[in-house]
Amino acid sequence: MTSAGIGEFCYEATRRHLLPRRDGPMLDTRTAGADETERTGANAPHRKSALAILVWRIWAVARLLLGTARDLLPIVLVVAFFQIVVLQRPFPNLEMIVVGLLMVTVGLALFLRGLEMALFPIGETMAEAFARKGSIFWLLLFAFALGFGTTVAEPALIAVAGEAAKAMAEAGIVDQAPSALAGYATGLRLTVAAAVGIALVIGVLRILKGWPIHWVIVGGYVIVVGLTALAPREIVGIAYDSGGVTTSTVTVPLVAALGVGLATVIKGRNPLVDGFGLVALASLTPMIFVLIYGMVV
Amino acid sequence: MGAFTIAAIAQSLLSTVADVLPIAVILLVFQLAVLRRPIPRLRQVLVGLVYVVLGLALFLVGLEQALFPLGKVMARQLTDPGFIAAGPGAAIGWTDYGWVYAFAFAIGFSTTIAEPALIAVALKAREVSGGAVNAWGLRIAVALGVAIAIAVGAFRIVTGTPLHLYMIGGYLIVIAQTWLAPRDIIPLAYDSGGVTTSTVTVPLVAALGLGLASTVPGRSALLDGFGLIALASLFPMITVMGYAQIGAARARRRARRSDDRQSAHRLGAPSDPPEEKTS
Repeated sequence: MTSAGIGEFCYEATRRHLLPRRDGPMLDTRTAGADETERTGANAPHRKSALAILVWRIWAVARLLLGTARDLLPIVLVVAFFQIVVLQRPFPNLEMIVVGLLMVTVGLALFLRGLEMALFPIGETMAEAFARKGSIFWLLLFAFALGFGTTVAEPALIAVAGEAAKAMAEAGIVDQAPSALAGYATGLRLTVAAAVGIALVIGVLRILKGWPIHWVIVGGYVIVVGLTALAPREIVGIAYDSGGVTTSTVTVPLVAALGVGLATVIKGRNPLVDGFGLVALASLTPMIFVLIYGMVV
Repeated sequence: MGAFTIAAIAQSLLSTVADVLPIAVILLVFQLAVLRRPIPRLRQVLVGLVYVVLGLALFLVGLEQALFPLGKVMARQLTDPGFIAAGPGAAIGWTDYGWVYAFAFAIGFSTTIAEPALIAVALKAREVSGGAVNAWGLRIAVALGVAIAIAVGAFRIVTGTPLHLYMIGGYLIVIAQTWLAPRDIIPLAYDSGGVTTSTVTVPLVAALGLGLASTVPGRSALLDGFGLIALASLFPMITVMGYAQIGAARARRRARRSDDRQSAHRLGAPSDPPEEKTS
């Protein structure tokens, strides 16, 4: 980025900070319950009686719970249909399933509230704060730390890395000894975490420079296809799957908000065209890195 | 309800905290050491983080105690040769797995609709596009993509065709669509590949893949069980871009029709405005 570009970047950020946002869910909320509006689209009654506010809040919570119940309905229908019609078996401990479904519904509703209250605002605030600071180095370091830090402890990745080490041992590529297996699995984990960190660095650079995403992604695919031909066969399935397991439920909203926030504060970037794409990169680079890991180790 | 013990919930809480902790530490370090500014609306953010941790923990405990065991048993029963074979001793061909493909499709679709990360991205996309991207339309397009992917992946395990043929074929379609689809949707379509497979989908899909790979003769659970997730990250890109292409094509047709009407009656009735964006 040129120095003029950085100036615009800071100017836009400051200007945006001073102006009220059109439809931001967080900035125009006055009462604590008013944030429930994002999913329901309802408006909080300002300066109404305490009873009206209470009724409105209960209604907002009910709407939120109904919304998540609707999200979960397809799973319930599918499981019920296959259990009753296809397999023709009774439900084992039905009351457990009902309690479990209630917990899932409440949990999803809570998560979505927390998303609006914490994860989205954090991502946007960090994007704005880095824009005001105007330092590309710290922004890129933050992107790398976020990608690496959230991935290295990811339970799904730990599980896949363990499975992968076993698969490779069975194929005779890695020594069967437990220490060798653990070493291979740890190496794989660090490789994937570094890949996600680098993905976020490339993705943030792309937003700053305005590179079109399809060149980055299609180029990445070409590398994946080329490496597939060279890598040992046993690592290929693992490598392809590692792209899918890296992006957790907490990381995705944060990273999406960060990307959109950056694309919003930088002049000449469109949040829809330039803001998305970080998650896609974070799913692509692990494939490349794991294929290389399979060839080198 | 023995399984919903305090221990199970506490364990789930711990693992969610472990998930959020690195993020919190990184944010804190950069906020305090690099940016050196107070966090705006700190109380709300902290309460929101508590909601995220508590919500995810409840969500996961509920899934793990109630839905996953049932789904895993179902996957095993559906892939059991005793369920699939037409009669004792009959040879099993790939056509005998009809219910497996149907289950794969249905479970792929329904778990994706409930995927929290996808809901988050769909909400963000709607907010950013000013409503031009329909959150439900996007989620259904992604869910269809995952559904097709899991069904195709099940077929692949049954027939034993190599995974990379499907992946490379899919990539070629993605590349072709990238040139043809409306430009606005492309980053979102690429992202939807990555967000589809997290908390809800992966455990059930992995159970289906391992069940199939361990019961279909000649398959290795380790070699063939992998790959369903990979397909599930690829196909949503195709369906999301396809969804946008259909929307764009319909908008074009409507615009052309209103053009025709305008030229037919120069001073005639007002016509529908052409759609500006695909939704």
